[in-house]
Amino acid sequence: MAVVPGKLRATGSVARRQAISRISRWILLAASLVGVGVLVYLAYDTINTGASGLSWDFLTSYPSRFADRAGLRSSIIGSLWVLGATVVLAFPVAVGTAIWIEEFAPKNPVVTVVKLNLANLAGVPSIIYGILGLAVFVRFADLGSSIIAGALTLAVMIIPMTVIASQEAIRQVPQSLRDGSLALGATHWQTVRHHVLPQATPGIMTGVILALSRAAGETAALIMLGAFSFIAWDNTSLFEDFTTVPIQIYNWTVRPSQQGFQVNASAAIIVLMVAVLTMNLLAAIIRERFRQE
Amino acid sequence: MLAALLAACSYDSSTVRIDGSSTVFPISEAVAEEFMNDTREIRVNVGFSGTGAGFEKFCRGDIQISAASRAIKDSEVTDCADGGIDDIMEIQVAIDALTVMVSPKNEFVDCMTVDELHSAFRHEGASTWNDIRPEWPGEDIIFYYPGTDSGTFDYFFETIIEGIDAEAYHRGDGTASEDDNVLALGIENDKNAIGYFGFAFFLAASEGLRPVAIDDGDGECVEPSFDTALDGSYTPLSRPLFIYTRESFLRDRPEVLSLVQFYLESSDVRLFPEEELLVPEVGYVTMPADVLDEQYAKLEPFFRLQEDD
Repeated sequence: MAVVPGKLRATGSVARRQAISRISRWILLAASLVGVGVLVYLAYDTINTGASGLSWDFLTSYPSRFADRAGLRSSIIGSLWVLGATVVLAFPVAVGTAIWIEEFAPKNPVVTVVKLNLANLAGVPSIIYGILGLAVFVRFADLGSSIIAGALTLAVMIIPMTVIASQEAIRQVPQSLRDGSLALGATHWQTVRHHVLPQATPGIMTGVILALSRAAGETAALIMLGAFSFIAWDNTSLFEDFTTVPIQIYNWTVRPSQQGFQVNASAAIIVLMVAVLTMNLLAAIIRERFRQE
Repeated sequence: MLAALLAACSYDSSTVRIDGSSTVFPISEAVAEEFMNDTREIRVNVGFSGTGAGFEKFCRGDIQISAASRAIKDSEVTDCADGGIDDIMEIQVAIDALTVMVSPKNEFVDCMTVDELHSAFRHEGASTWNDIRPEWPGEDIIFYYPGTDSGTFDYFFETIIEGIDAEAYHRGDGTASEDDNVLALGIENDKNAIGYFGFAFFLAASEGLRPVAIDDGDGECVEPSFDTALDGSYTPLSRPLFIYTRESFLRDRPEVLSLVQFYLESSDVRLFPEEELLVPEVGYVTMPADVLDEQYAKLEPFFRLQEDD
């Protein structure tokens, strides 16, 4: 067989390696499409079912036994209270821990154990935090199934991942910046306060917002705590009973489908998705804004 | 004890907390919704953590009303007494019925005896239809039943499995789900499927399914319906639903008393026409007059006490 000049064709092991390379590209593409495909399908199905249930009334009505009258009012207010309290509780502890570990902690076995544990804690299933919250906050501290008990539980849940994200952000601040500050006679704290933290802020904010997104969708832990499903009034303090949007979604999903609650469930999922996507978008915007400065 | 006292004080006295059975939840939700429409200053919060979990909270003093799809157990009464709660009051609020279902594609099952149900759903029981009744086909049966945490499963287990043979277990090789929709869809699509779930769900989602009549041993097949559950002929798969509260709440907290009264009135065909009552509206069976009057009689002394004040 004559080889046509200009059209060189690899033979033998080279051809084989090139074939594997081509095939692997397609396999990898297929792998990523599976995830995207499932996501697109789920989003399409949810929007398809739930869009008709979205209305101003849906956002401002209390739960009801009638699917077409039921709404998210008490659960949105409950979610806002819980998340607000969670961020206030988690933020200082998480950022403080991250600063200490990265900037001040001595190198000894205890610190190593703490660091290792943080990574492990970030992977603990949420229901475990629910049990912890029930035992410690609801019963031992006697806070009842209140907003503050829920917020403390969610704060404990998101602190590990927020610490890890903040550590990452602090670690990316160039060492030369610290050296420069220290060389000019600034104390260790002044260096952290005026140079490291401002540089690390976008990364820390991103971590906090992403962790809050996880807390926003949390259901199992809060049900474990004894959060209610039917609340028909507005929360005004941290010590009241509450319900949240994901609990309401769960409540509606388990109803018989013919009663129309599936539409409500899908509509509520859309509300929750929009809220979480907005938070993630906010995280991205903050990161970009700070980077430009 | 001190903790319970503190908890009682820290909570707003105009809040009534209801938790317990997910089977009773639709009733409590409807009652709470309507009750709060009448009396805005009272908050009624409802959860559905399960009958057992409800009693646990009730016995800790966390909630005022515990909803149950079965009567309280002796062990739970003891636990309550240990926590200083020894004035438990049981009020029946409705009747629930279980329904056994097959697919409409199944053309041979119309009626089953309780013994046949037992042999179908017990551990190491029937695997093909002709194991249950020789004239039925020899095809494999596909089983569907609610998850073990549900009151419906407990109820079926007590009456059909344990009630026939105290040593028997429920089979574990079918599809178990807490979500009735999963059960309904599975049964609908397979002509060899059989399963059971609550009566309320059967009413709401029965189009695709065929109920099996039950013969409780007297040779008479009874179809599940409002009427047969109400007149007591649909045995043994109809059951009472309860709420539990404390005599001290009925005495000291007028809002708890009127809320319990409201539950009963939601089941009373003498007060309102059937189609306006909450209990049938959410898919349960109202109580016959004599049972209802027994419940009213339990509340009577407390109304008199409040008038004296």
